[in-house]
Amino acid sequence: MNNHADSAVHQIHRDDVGAKMGMWLFLFTEVLLFGGMFLVYAVYRYQYPSQFHLAAMELNTAMGTFNTIILLTSSLTVALSIAALQNGKKILSLILLSATLLFALMFMVVKYFEWTAKISHGIYPGSPELLAKHNGQILFFGLYYVMTGLHGLHVLIGMIVIAFMIVFVARDKVTTDNYVKLENSALYWHLVDLIWIFLFPLFYLIQ
Amino acid sequence: MANDVAVKSFYQESTNKYSGILSWLLTKDHKRIGLMYMIAILAFFVVGVIIGLLMRLELIAPGRTIMDAQTYNTLFTLHGVIMIFLFIIPGLPAIFGNFFLPIQIGARDVAFPRLNLLSWYIYIIGAILVLVSLFLPGGPIDTGWTFYIPYSVRSTTNVSMALFAAFVLGFSSILTGLNFITTVHRLRAPGMGFFKMPLFVWATYATAWIQILATPVIALTILLVILERTFGVGIFDPALGGDPILFQHMFWIYSHPAVYIMILPAMGVVSEIIPTFSRRTIFGYKAIAMSSLAIAFVGYLVWAHHMFSSGMSDTARWIFSLLTFIVALPSGVKIFNWVATMYKGSIDPQTPFLWVMNFIFLFSIGGLTGLVLGSLATDIHLTDTYFVVAHFHYVMFGGTGTIFFAALHYWFPKMFGKMYNKKFANIAVVAYFIGFNMLYFPKFIMGYMGMPRRYYDYLPQFTIYQEISTIGSWILSGTIFFIIGYLIHALKYGKKATSNPWGGVTLEWHIPSPPPLENFETIPIVTHEPYDFSQLKEMKDE
Repeated sequence: MNNHADSAVHQIHRDDVGAKMGMWLFLFTEVLLFGGMFLVYAVYRYQYPSQFHLAAMELNTAMGTFNTIILLTSSLTVALSIAALQNGKKILSLILLSATLLFALMFMVVKYFEWTAKISHGIYPGSPELLAKHNGQILFFGLYYVMTGLHGLHVLIGMIVIAFMIVFVARDKVTTDNYVKLENSALYWHLVDLIWIFLFPLFYLIQ
Repeated sequence: MANDVAVKSFYQESTNKYSGILSWLLTKDHKRIGLMYMIAILAFFVVGVIIGLLMRLELIAPGRTIMDAQTYNTLFTLHGVIMIFLFIIPGLPAIFGNFFLPIQIGARDVAFPRLNLLSWYIYIIGAILVLVSLFLPGGPIDTGWTFYIPYSVRSTTNVSMALFAAFVLGFSSILTGLNFITTVHRLRAPGMGFFKMPLFVWATYATAWIQILATPVIALTILLVILERTFGVGIFDPALGGDPILFQHMFWIYSHPAVYIMILPAMGVVSEIIPTFSRRTIFGYKAIAMSSLAIAFVGYLVWAHHMFSSGMSDTARWIFSLLTFIVALPSGVKIFNWVATMYKGSIDPQTPFLWVMNFIFLFSIGGLTGLVLGSLATDIHLTDTYFVVAHFHYVMFGGTGTIFFAALHYWFPKMFGKMYNKKFANIAVVAYFIGFNMLYFPKFIMGYMGMPRRYYDYLPQFTIYQEISTIGSWILSGTIFFIIGYLIHALKYGKKATSNPWGGVTLEWHIPSPPPLENFETIPIVTHEPYDFSQLKEMKDE
């Protein structure tokens, strides 16, 4: 397993399988974090089915669908960027990563418009308009803000990570035969995507 | 190689180009990081002990003694937060896990050394946040360490800040956990199969799994309480349709497995010390290893036994009660195997072994009173009384705290290359035992008589027990300061320790004390079972 020279202090230790295992474990914790959130959602959906139904009608399904398409596409581009790098096409990989970043930005912009539209209608936690509604609807929008907010935060973190990857690939820190960092970043990005795939039907589609 | 004195230790060689304090603060060496954890954790432990002492002093007589009720409320909260989040949870894995897990599996370091250093910094940031929350306007948190809704939303103290600190500390815990799991899977030396790993590694491995499986849930729960305080989302607020009991469920889904994060590594240390001082291979190696995993798994399914009086259906209550009893089985498996290991061994009752005897006695009391609390009828009578406090301290302090000292005495010569004064150390074991039982046993009696926990004042009939308890707290904390004192003295003036002062056979005893920078000159090839004492002779010949 370890065949480096004896006690060479600055030896380069590299274990791609280990690095990926660490990343999967980290993703596992993320799944549990959102799992807790989905649990809360399930509890209250069970308690207030008709109110959840009513509240969900107020969300903009078109915008949600658009965002889903964007995010799925961004997952494709980030996966393709790995393939490009594996085949030694650095420029193509950089373009695909930049596209991923752009899609992520678009997602956030659409999210921004969605949130501001809701807020301008007076629907946000603690607003008089929302407090006048039935408990189930208050909880629905509370969960909507918390869950999409937490997800949005992950998109932001993912954008930072991908921006770093663009720099790394450009500066040859991540190369055609050492790309585990990029793979791990892509794994994170796929997770962000995957969570959205569950958020989207739970809030926008089940009406 | 064992007696090779020419080898430079990890104190003399560094992983970076710096010297002095920077060579520590920027180190990637798992041993230095372990020691950095040790300094930080011990400092907070002392703070927690002093807070405990002040609380006990307040309770020596009914009515106001040295502080007002609000101060008392903040002190018991801080005592809990500091002892749990800053001492017991990280204590054994972060100090001894970091230092010895890589050595025991024959690795040069953990899988992600840089991440390991980052975890230490995150721990320190979390700790600083706790301290900052004490001095900001609003005052220190007064909710109790369980942060129960609705008071944690209504309280005007700095709850959000303290909660955020716990959130940050959770990150440190998660990162350490995933680091250890990856290390165990990827960096075992050739020949070191899973069933040749020392049991401390098994226990730390099981702990690491709980750390990554449970901590995200508390992170989320804490986040929700912070959002609740800031925006009034309503998830836990019945006026808006939410459910405060849901908070309790989510809190204990983490915090009960967290109890096993605290105790499992301690059980691992016991499984190291007993064979070493009995000169006999561990009895039921696989049973002990598997019982760690069983505890980790079943420990997940018992959280609601903290909530028997909070409002649940009867069916739910008896199911959780049953599951709670089941968790006692793997713990029992361990106790019986340890005792069976000693049977017909040639026991050498040195200090670490005496600490383990302390542990078995105190932990058994803690464990058995856990059954009293786990059965529904008695629990209703004893809920929220001193009985719970006593049980908890017997398990956590008598269990993990005692083993913390056992581990410290067992591995001290290896970590620092010095031996402490064994006579002092043996006196400390006895004083600890007396102080501990004086401090906590009266609480069982008071609890049974109906003394509620967290109360600032009490009825006159409890005075005698409270007095005994307070005097016990002086003996116990005096002992703790005595231990810290003679260990620090030994660092400077202690006799030089040999590479294998106890006659242990796990890999850390094969290398010099203190270990060299990358632990092993060449990665060892493991051929023996972990506790095969027939190696002792060849080790001496080396």
